[in-house]
Amino acid sequence: MSAETTRSVVIEREMPHPPEKVWRALTQSFLLEEWLMKNDFQPVVGHRFNFRADWGAVDGEVLAVEPNKMLSYGWAAFGLESVVTWTLTPTSTGTHLRMEQSGFRADQEQAFKGAKYGWQGYFGGLEKVLARIE
Amino acid sequence: MALADPTRRALFERISREGELTVRVLTSQSGVSQPAVSKHLRVLKETGLVRARHKGRETHYRARPRGLAPLVDWMNFYSRYWQDRIDRLEDLLKRMEQ
Repeated sequence: MSAETTRSVVIEREMPHPPEKVWRALTQSFLLEEWLMKNDFQPVVGHRFNFRADWGAVDGEVLAVEPNKMLSYGWAAFGLESVVTWTLTPTSTGTHLRMEQSGFRADQEQAFKGAKYGWQGYFGGLEKVLARIE
Repeated sequence: MALADPTRRALFERISREGELTVRVLTSQSGVSQPAVSKHLRVLKETGLVRARHKGRETHYRARPRGLAPLVDWMNFYSRYWQDRIDRLEDLLKRMEQ
């Protein structure tokens, strides 16, 4: 593995809804706010936007838009430069949704291992917020 | 435990959000005294989360977000984060009209 190798987080889910409907939830600002974060998102290539949450802000830029099929944007927060790509594939029962966040560097992970303690308070707070939402 | 303290975390978040800020400006909206703000900033500086720059008689503080990257297991964090968010997306889709 070279130093340039990056890794991804991938989540796949079957949604019993048509791709057009899932697409709206992924791209319309007021709907994004309901499940993701406050934002000024627009599904337009080159559009720069922010996601804002209690734990900080994410700077984004729309990289690719294929309505009802694929959406990709840059996701930069706290020094992590990554790309989030959503892929929608129609199925007989709805939509196969795939989220890939790419750009995690192996050296960041290694460096982290000795120093996790400093962040437990911070992300512990986030977990409390998430638990309250549930 | 630089970010475990809520006042310190709020100061760091504000500096991250607004760019470069002085102790005076940070004190004005923090609800704590200037010596207390200075003490928190010293901890943030020692742990590499902010950088100080002297300009005239004032010190300006700026976040060093890259100083954070090595501290966080981002893959682990985002795996949980997206699972949770996609659960919420599913709930939203149930509530939405076709």
